[in-house]
Amino acid sequence: MSRRLNLTLKVWRQEGPAANGHFEVYKANEIPDDASFLEMLDIVNEGLIAEGHTPIEFPHDCREGICGTCGVMINGRAHGQEKGTATCQLHMRKFNDGDTIVIEPWRAAAFPIVRDLVVDRSPLDKIVEAGGYISAPTGTAPDANEIPIPKEVADSAMDAAACIGCAACVAACPNSAAQLFTSAKIWHLNSLPQGQAERYRRTEAMVETMEEFFGSCTNHGECSEACPKEISQDFIAYMNRDYIKSKVVNRRLAGQR
Amino acid sequence: MAAPTADRQALGSKSANNPLRVKGRDLPFPLNIYQTAVGKKWVMAVTGLMLVGFVIAHMLGNMKLYLGVVEHNGEMIYDADIYAEFLRELLVPLAPHGVVLWLLRLGLLAAFGLHIHSAYSLTRMNASSNRTYESKRDWLAANFASRTMRYTGTIVLAYLIFHLADLTWGWIPNTEWEHGAVQSNVVNSLSNPAIALIYIVANIMVAVHLYHGVYSMFQSLGINNPQYNGLRRGIATGLAVVILLGNVSFPIAVLFNIIDFDPALLGPAG
Repeated sequence: MSRRLNLTLKVWRQEGPAANGHFEVYKANEIPDDASFLEMLDIVNEGLIAEGHTPIEFPHDCREGICGTCGVMINGRAHGQEKGTATCQLHMRKFNDGDTIVIEPWRAAAFPIVRDLVVDRSPLDKIVEAGGYISAPTGTAPDANEIPIPKEVADSAMDAAACIGCAACVAACPNSAAQLFTSAKIWHLNSLPQGQAERYRRTEAMVETMEEFFGSCTNHGECSEACPKEISQDFIAYMNRDYIKSKVVNRRLAGQR
Repeated sequence: MAAPTADRQALGSKSANNPLRVKGRDLPFPLNIYQTAVGKKWVMAVTGLMLVGFVIAHMLGNMKLYLGVVEHNGEMIYDADIYAEFLRELLVPLAPHGVVLWLLRLGLLAAFGLHIHSAYSLTRMNASSNRTYESKRDWLAANFASRTMRYTGTIVLAYLIFHLADLTWGWIPNTEWEHGAVQSNVVNSLSNPAIALIYIVANIMVAVHLYHGVYSMFQSLGINNPQYNGLRRGIATGLAVVILLGNVSFPIAVLFNIIDFDPALLGPAG
């Protein structure tokens, strides 16, 4: 038997990037506890549309925790109170009848609010564009196991590659730093044989692009706590190490004749 | 409903595609490392390590205060005063009297300068990158120490200046101060409960600063191995506690006359 919840929502409403935003209070009544957080917002929006109001704009896409599109601040926590869970995978059974839920968009100077709860996260794309790729000849598919990769290395790269780019790390960081995102994208390639050719060029370019948009790391650890994929801060240390090394290696390469 | 295009125009320079800041021209290596935030954190960690080394050495040196008077070249003299003279005599006769001590001081001064400058410029960078939440937000991993680094750091700097004025320059009125007379200067100053309290509070701030600083140093330098990462927290906590207990013991020992100064004990041995 599913319970029905009656909730009070305090939602950030903002017309556009340049407009002033404010909190608006809504009643969300008769919400089935099987609903996901986003489905709860869908139900509220249907009510708003029926009453002739503008629905709440919120980011969402796959709704199965792998695309990284969704993400809002729920009661002061990125993606809500469940650890290792994206907003779409947060279910209403985790809430109690009569709860008040405060919903705010991600906040960072680099993420202008597009509307309501939707922010523009394209600075993360800029970081990936700077070097989050490998330049490989793409002929026919190579044979399996042609490049031997130790299990531990593959595991570490996979842990980093689990990043879905939702920006919860930036949202949770008191400095709005994108270190966890950038380090995950860097380590995903820097740990693998295929990523070695461009390793130091990549590290330098991605870090320096990151710093054009975001703050610096003060090692609080809020990012890993907020991350729906529970990506470790260890990658930040690996990135720091590779970055200082890149300054030396790239300088040596620049002197190559 | 406002048109999205109009919003984009109104946004102007606030567009997500425009960087908040653009990196200027590269300085020659290795100065270019200090131009970036990751590089500044690296410098902050290295200078922090130097300063931690100094704090440990300073505390160990102060332990001489507990040793009281000893015989030295046929004279009874306070051990702390011998230690102070030893620092000036470092590497004599290879280097002239006091030169090595001054070189160490210059190194420390440079470390302090870089540590403070990098902290200042990173704090400004972070302030310009961040937008605060309108509602109350939760802290899950950040602790008191990590969130107050800039305040504990500033307090420690203010204390450092006070400490130099008090015991190195003798600027504090109403305390008898004499150059080189370590034991009597320390006892004269710290037997005033108000000054002792300043020292106690300031050293608690030092310990809080180190609790996060030492841990953070490992991460900034990239010293990380998931198998041993638990040690990093342990080392930071252990160091903070040892330095807290050691340094706070001096003002308390003076207040309880465990460390004292008695001119009658001085003079020729025997």
